[in-house]
Amino acid sequence: MTHPIVKLLTQRIALGLLLLLAASALIFAGTQILPGDVAQSILGQSATPEALANLRAELGLNEPALTRYLHWLGAALQGDLGTALTNGQDIATAMGQRLSNTLFLAACAAVIAVPTAILLGLIAVRYEGRWPDKLISGVTLSTVSVPEFLLGYIAMFLLAVKVTAFPSVATIYAGMSLLEKLQAVALPVLVLVLVVLGHMMRMTRAAILNVMQSAYIETAELKGLRPFVIIAKHALPNAIAPVVNVVMLNLAYLVVGVVVVEVVFIYPGMGQYLVDHVAKRDVPVVQACGLVFAAVYIGLNMLADVIAILANPRLRHPK
Amino acid sequence: MADTLLDVRDLKIAATVYPPGEKPRDIEIVHGVSFTLQKGKVLGLIGESGAGKSTIGLSSMAYGRGGVRISGGQVMLNGRDILAGNEAGLRALRGKEVTYVAQSAAAAFNPAKRLMEQVIEATLKHGRASRAEAEARAVKLFRKLGLPEPEKFGERYPHQVSGGQLQRAMTAMALCPEPDLVVFDEPTTALDVTTQIDVLAAIKEAIHDTGVAALYITHDLAVVAQVADHIMVLRNGAMVEYGDTRQIIEAPHEDYTRALVSVRSIDHEEKRPTPAPLLKVENLNARYRGTAFDVLKNVSVELHPGQTLAVVGESGSGKSTLARAITGLLSPSAGRISFAGRTLSAEMEDRSRDDLRELQMIYQMADVAMNPRHTVGKIIGRPLEFYFGLKGAAKRRRVIELLDEIEMGEKFIDRYPAELSGGQKQRVCIARALAAKPKMIICDEVTSALDPLVADGILKLLLDLQRIEGVAYLFITHDLATVRAIADSIAVMYRGQVVRYGSKAEVLAPPFDDYTDLLLSSVPEMKLGWLEHVIAHRKMESAGA
Repeated sequence: MTHPIVKLLTQRIALGLLLLLAASALIFAGTQILPGDVAQSILGQSATPEALANLRAELGLNEPALTRYLHWLGAALQGDLGTALTNGQDIATAMGQRLSNTLFLAACAAVIAVPTAILLGLIAVRYEGRWPDKLISGVTLSTVSVPEFLLGYIAMFLLAVKVTAFPSVATIYAGMSLLEKLQAVALPVLVLVLVVLGHMMRMTRAAILNVMQSAYIETAELKGLRPFVIIAKHALPNAIAPVVNVVMLNLAYLVVGVVVVEVVFIYPGMGQYLVDHVAKRDVPVVQACGLVFAAVYIGLNMLADVIAILANPRLRHPK
Repeated sequence: MADTLLDVRDLKIAATVYPPGEKPRDIEIVHGVSFTLQKGKVLGLIGESGAGKSTIGLSSMAYGRGGVRISGGQVMLNGRDILAGNEAGLRALRGKEVTYVAQSAAAAFNPAKRLMEQVIEATLKHGRASRAEAEARAVKLFRKLGLPEPEKFGERYPHQVSGGQLQRAMTAMALCPEPDLVVFDEPTTALDVTTQIDVLAAIKEAIHDTGVAALYITHDLAVVAQVADHIMVLRNGAMVEYGDTRQIIEAPHEDYTRALVSVRSIDHEEKRPTPAPLLKVENLNARYRGTAFDVLKNVSVELHPGQTLAVVGESGSGKSTLARAITGLLSPSAGRISFAGRTLSAEMEDRSRDDLRELQMIYQMADVAMNPRHTVGKIIGRPLEFYFGLKGAAKRRRVIELLDEIEMGEKFIDRYPAELSGGQKQRVCIARALAAKPKMIICDEVTSALDPLVADGILKLLLDLQRIEGVAYLFITHDLATVRAIADSIAVMYRGQVVRYGSKAEVLAPPFDDYTDLLLSSVPEMKLGWLEHVIAHRKMESAGA
């Protein structure tokens, strides 16, 4: 007999894949309903009808939309995201470097932000309603409230101009040592951490406070345990599901939503890449970026659900 | 005295209340209670809800729930005043010198941690033993408390064991650090009566064998009489009477104690069946949607006009499902329900307005069965408007009549549910059901959430109303004392089937089937030595079998 959790996880993963398929259809349909087509944008407004017709036939644009969608999806599944219209480069190759840069930036921010947010959440619960709680909430709420481009410029002004501790432009390239890379991305990482910290900390605090009402917390208090031990050992394990969900949402933001920060710091990541090609109306690149972003977003949320399922002892150890 | 463990002197406890629209203020909820507890003795604290039992019990650990705090007096434990200490000092005492067993072990265990980890946690924290020693001690306690597979029991998670087992595990958790005092806070109240007796016997034996002292808190005098050496009767945060258990049970001094002792002594003469039953349930089967398991199996019962059919059984026996099928909330998969000569449709939507009107229902939780934003007048007036089209002065007159019938009167007409006591809320629910002029009322555990004396009042009222209005009751309960008090006929349910059915005299007279025997012999009796007697009797029988 298979463990019921296997069935649950299989279902969840299948659902994630289905969702991704739906997202790919939406992305494809979205780029189709834009006015003008690829042939037009390659040849420009002054192209002759004959030239347009030839190019359309060559690119397969006369095929029905469904056929083109299936071709595109089939190729994408094999790692072929097509070629960029503007420079004829293979998108998968061009994007590979960009994506790894974005993931590097996101990973640096996550490694700092996630543990800090959870720890601050625990401290806020420990001193609920007292000054440490108010201070933590106040500071994180205000950094969340400031738009990230402004945070970016403030950080630049203070840490790159006033005190020349870090470079204001986050340029990284192959061949840099890890330390050099870390120094280069310090400012965008700082901004990203400040942006996501508040949300994660507030949710951790709320989820744990919710659990703190439970009778088993009283049991722990009556065992004479220290307050922080009670919060970390007895409350946190029962707040995993909501905390993981909000952590994953923020991780997804770190990958998908970094566009503004990458532009501010001129960082060679996915955001920059997408913005450049949107401006040039390079539809295959926009589609490919959309697909990758959707995959990251859905994948991380799926991971959150999987962790939440695994963290539930009722599902892990059925009767 | 040298062997005094706990000496509570003039204990005063206050709580902060937040009345809407006013400044928060403190009210005193325990008014100067004093008592002493000798080493190795058991003191029973008894009283109704709100008497301050739990609050006083927790004060032995200097712990106040929510906004509750100790505002005066002394709590001397092992000769020192624990109220004088700071938080760190209290943490050193809690879980080491004094431990606690909560009413609902199901809620008091952390669902995310294995039982063993939780049982030995306090022992390790206070350095009372090494991990290996603590685990060995826990296994020994599991065995003593009659838990299955004691060596492996600790590997399970709370949701993997039954409620009765969890309550024993909580007792093991309390005894593991070898404390001087254990506070038992209604440890068997949430259990079925057949489970309660085993847990009670296990707790009593464990107290006896370890020689620990205990405060045993309960609202059930018959239960505390089995385990306590002394009993303190509390009411509204003050002591009513204190004495040794025999004196309290057999020769109480105070009227209030006498009332508690003689609770559930309503005399009720059972009525003869009439030729035409009002409700006839024939071969009913029912299951919940999406399941392949019959919750009701071939259930057949009858209820005669103006009489009471008590449906009795443990949780999960199908009592409430039967009520849901009769009201049409759950449509049966097979069988027939006829009511007042008509066949009732399976679905509630297909029933006529008269079918709905003549069959009313009252629930266990009166406070969630009423809209908190409606006044009593509006709550009782709703069915008058809906079924009879009454309005204005005529409606008000009828509401007042009904309020008089439930012995509350006109002055309650503009009150909100939050301003009523538990018993008053249940009375309003009764009036609301009566307003529809029903032929039959389904009462689903209507007295289970109430204190014994209040419950008695409700039962008396229901019987009076039956005499005056001629209404029939289908009375669902797990409490056999209630059944004795009000039933004309009884159906005993077990795992979805009616295992015994007949007039009250027939059902409650031997020879019994095994389940009914177990159920009847498990109801605590208000006499000393009852528990030992029953347990010894059962051991003898199982040895003989």
